[in-house]
Amino acid sequence: MTNRQEILTAQPRAARAGELLGHVEQFLFLEARLQDTHAYDEWEALWTDDAIYWVPANGATDPETRMSIIYDNRSRIRVRINQLKTGRHHTQTPRSELARIVSNVELLNRVGDEIDVRANVFIFEDSLRGETMWAARNEYRLRMQGDDFKMVRKKVSLVNSHKPIFTLSFLV
Amino acid sequence: MTAAIAPSSLIDYRALIEPTRVNSRLYHDPKIFEQELERIWYRSWVYVGHVSEVPNRNDYVTKSIGPTPVLLVHDRTGQISLLLNKCPHRGNQLCAYREGNRSTFTCPYHSWTFSNTGELAGYAYADGYEGSDKSKFALGRVPRIGIYRGFVFGSFATEGPSIEEYLGGAKASIDQLLANSPEGELELTAGFLQHRTKANWKFMLENETDGYHPAFVHSSVFQVTDSGIGKLYGPQSTALTRDFGNGHTEFDLRPEWRRLDKPLAWFGTTEERLPDYAKAMQASYGPERARQIMIDGSPHVMIFPNLFIAEIQLFVLQPIAVDETIQHVTALQFKGTPDFNRRLRQQTMGSVGPAGLLLADDTEMYERNHRGALINDPEWLTLSRGIHRERRDENDYLVGHSTDEVPQRGIWRHYAQLMAV
Ligand code: FES
Ligand SMILES: [Fe+2]
Repeated sequence: MTNRQEILTAQPRAARAGELLGHVEQFLFLEARLQDTHAYDEWEALWTDDAIYWVPANGATDPETRMSIIYDNRSRIRVRINQLKTGRHHTQTPRSELARIVSNVELLNRVGDEIDVRANVFIFEDSLRGETMWAARNEYRLRMQGDDFKMVRKKVSLVNSHKPIFTLSFLV
Repeated sequence: MTAAIAPSSLIDYRALIEPTRVNSRLYHDPKIFEQELERIWYRSWVYVGHVSEVPNRNDYVTKSIGPTPVLLVHDRTGQISLLLNKCPHRGNQLCAYREGNRSTFTCPYHSWTFSNTGELAGYAYADGYEGSDKSKFALGRVPRIGIYRGFVFGSFATEGPSIEEYLGGAKASIDQLLANSPEGELELTAGFLQHRTKANWKFMLENETDGYHPAFVHSSVFQVTDSGIGKLYGPQSTALTRDFGNGHTEFDLRPEWRRLDKPLAWFGTTEERLPDYAKAMQASYGPERARQIMIDGSPHVMIFPNLFIAEIQLFVLQPIAVDETIQHVTALQFKGTPDFNRRLRQQTMGSVGPAGLLLADDTEMYERNHRGALINDPEWLTLSRGIHRERRDENDYLVGHSTDEVPQRGIWRHYAQLMAV
């Protein structure tokens, strides 16, 4: 029988992985907070210039040939954010009240300065229409920049993407 | 014998629909919704799907007529048919998948197997059915099917006008649409987004050809994309609203595009930027006709009660309940034009569906429309805009200014005819 302390000293690699996981989680929690609080500019600043923001429909069909709920490159992310900032995007005027839980964070793969991450997300939305719950399995590709991360790719797989869903106009 | 049901069926539609105003109750009364199912959705021609969604023998896809699911089948004999998704034994849902390819359907409950032509092929433990006639247990089907240039319509009425008679003037809009393909054909291969909407279906029906709202509802998109489209809907626009009759209406942008006289301006691009497409069009139609097609662009037409062709997208409206509708939407894809199709998909994904920059705001209006309708005072909603300036065009259809309520008046005129029995 070994105690916890012995495991940590015997496996420094695991400790380092734990540290990275902690940083990644902090980043995902930050992103979640910026989305929940409609901090549009700060959220937009999390993306790299070659970013892809993808919310598939009907399961993960090929976004290059089939319809997706969102399939934004960097310039369309900007258009989406700018629309929200006009104050006349009626579906977000008034804004949705949001709280989301990001959990089950796993580091999948690391190549060079890029890390693939997976997490589950549960979002409670209150809007004029009523209360809506959203659940998604998210996949991220993060690029390390110094002590910080940027999002290169974010895929939000809504668990009910093959069913009719209500308007999704907050940042998911 | 009819006394028991008489009170609920006695709704005087003529008293709820006047030439320039309609009563709010039409949008929220569940009894009216039930009667709409009976008198419109389960009687009239209703759009179901497109032949390109079932290109191969034994392909099927689950579609709907109102709340009722319908299997659009390209059967083993090569016919297109519309089967009802209900096992005739004890009523189990037969097929649980959205689409697939199979020549038979087996019910999971007691394993009766049906050919995709609808006939019962076999029972499990057949000894229990000795002497019974299998042909009595065929799947239900939509009795009439009408196909116009690949667009498949179904009607639960065993008799009535042909699909061509029913479409009338709207046929020309479908023809205009298909002319945008060098091969004259559509391929709906991109899959549908399904946008759940907490509002009565008629708010969508009326809004699809409403030229009065875009300048306001969509001003945020027009601003952030630097789009000139907003002007097409303003007071200076020469675009027309049109009532084809039978509830079909159109927003006709051709006067604006012809004034501009630039091929592909309707799609916000040029022949130079879509060279393969422009070449294919010229090869198919000759330079002059190709140029005219590329100037006129694709139509904006609402075919009653549920097919909306919005230049680059196709919407299907599906009422689920008096206060719930699903907007199914996909990008139009034209046969033989990959460069064009790619841009059609990209623009469609940006603008429609639950996260679409345009449709999220339209849908917000539908849901607010519905909440407004539930308030009793004022009970009448006004559709009088432009009544003083509507006129007949060369084909004798009513037309009006781009922002006028000619289409909405036409829709309700047709609705009253169907509902007031
Ligand atoms: S209900 Fe289908 S086989 Fe019995
Ligand atoms: Fe609109």
